[in-house]
Amino acid sequence: MRGLWKLTWVELKLFLREPMGAFFTLIFPMMMLLCFGSIYGNKPSPHFGGFGMVDIAVPGYSAMVICMSGMFLLTIRIASYREQGVLRRLRPTPLRPHAVLAAQVLALFGMAALGMTALLVTGKLLYHMRVVGDPLSVAAALTLSTLSFLALGFVLAGIVPTTRTALATVMALFYPMIFLSGATIPREDLPETIRRVSQFFPLTHVVNLLRGIWIGDPWGHHLLEVGVLVGMIVVGVAITAKTFRWE
Amino acid sequence: MSGKPVVEVERLRKTYGDVVAVEEVSFEVQEGEIFGMVGPNGAGKTTTIECVEGMRRPDSGRVSVLGLDPDRNGNALRPRIGAQLQTAALPERMRVWEALDLFASFYRRSADWNVLLERLGLAEKRSAFFSKLSGGQKQRLFICLALVNDPEVVFLDELTTGLDPQARRAIWDLVREVRGNGKTVFLTTHFMEEAERLCDRVAVMERGRIVALDTPANLIDSIGAETRIAFTAEGTFEPGWLESLPTVTGIDSTDDRHVVRGTSDRVIVDVVNALSVKGVRFRDLRTEQPTLEDVFLKLTGRQMRD
Repeated sequence: MRGLWKLTWVELKLFLREPMGAFFTLIFPMMMLLCFGSIYGNKPSPHFGGFGMVDIAVPGYSAMVICMSGMFLLTIRIASYREQGVLRRLRPTPLRPHAVLAAQVLALFGMAALGMTALLVTGKLLYHMRVVGDPLSVAAALTLSTLSFLALGFVLAGIVPTTRTALATVMALFYPMIFLSGATIPREDLPETIRRVSQFFPLTHVVNLLRGIWIGDPWGHHLLEVGVLVGMIVVGVAITAKTFRWE
Repeated sequence: MSGKPVVEVERLRKTYGDVVAVEEVSFEVQEGEIFGMVGPNGAGKTTTIECVEGMRRPDSGRVSVLGLDPDRNGNALRPRIGAQLQTAALPERMRVWEALDLFASFYRRSADWNVLLERLGLAEKRSAFFSKLSGGQKQRLFICLALVNDPEVVFLDELTTGLDPQARRAIWDLVREVRGNGKTVFLTTHFMEEAERLCDRVAVMERGRIVALDTPANLIDSIGAETRIAFTAEGTFEPGWLESLPTVTGIDSTDDRHVVRGTSDRVIVDVVNALSVKGVRFRDLRTEQPTLEDVFLKLTGRQMRD
């Protein structure tokens, strides 16, 4: 148990030392918020059902942070640890695979939480962002979303053979998802065809759930999203248990 | 050596696809000894040691470490062993002290790793990133990590690869000290001098099999190789009479340079004594004794490449 906490702490430090990880989870979403916030402000608009641009953007950018930390960083981290021989070195120690993976989950959860907290605080202080939903529900929706994307990351990590293919794979999934799911460009501004296609992106369900819970929707309105995300976790854990390799 | 086997391997066999990496390998490592496995790259040393560490599952045969099956009782065994692997890495931006602190946290019992860092000359690299270490420093760090839980058995796979002679000697001293503390050491090396100087017993491996297993001295004796003493005599000297010494088997002379051959290292003492008794003055005395290198050559007909 002590090993798990220590590994989590070291992993968190390593993510913060990695320019790419820290930039995309902490700085890039904040840059987006400041840029678009200063362009559009947060005046309530009928286009967003009476909410302002920032009210809609923060749950979307949170989805981007989740996608970045859960899928992008995790997949590359596991693939490179396996390729370099880091996992191999852990193998003859008492630390077991579930502890190695749990430390990644906890560390990336921490990274996502840092990124989302920064967005929330900035949104509140600078743009008087409204969060209608109750804080517990919002926290639960963020947690469920993060776990579902970590599960996706583990599945990808189990499939990709090398770090290079990992990078190519997550890039190919990350960019269409953040632009077409409503995470960065609000779904109100997307053409109908794209909205229909993006139903097949897991991130779309994260965006829809977060946006809904954010503005106070009851959970009953989002059973589809909850079902998809819980399904991702269940299937992801099952696949990871089968595909985990030390080397 | 107390004579209790700590590692027992019986008829180990491991294949990778069509390639037979290890076959019919049987040996025991006794408690408190330094046991070495030597042989060229690809001889099956790493496969063998990794089967014993529980890193690989043998195709057939029996492996037992501290009375436990590494494959099935790994959870009970892993806290009690330490391993330095031939290929392994740490995250690039992990600091040296973080690695030791982390690995120590995996075990209930741990050694004082600050002392280990000091011993292996890494103290001033405490806060360096893993990626900034030289090959030799990484190697020394991995040896620290193998010892961090004060293990009962230590596995060292190619322990001094990439190290300069000074660091190599420091590690030999450390390994002897580990043995002195009652621990058992199982190492592999393709460096014959290392096996000869460091190991209590040596298994010579070639093409997946053990071709000889004994103490370095017995292995060297067993091939009946000659010891040679070469010297340059001063003044007039007829070397013929040296052949009457029981340990001398022959003499080759060119001008005043003489090479005396004998069957054991005793011939060195005998010849030097005889020369001084006769008052013969000599210079540039060189001795050449058979080494494990010769054993390998004799057993396999092949030269070991360092």
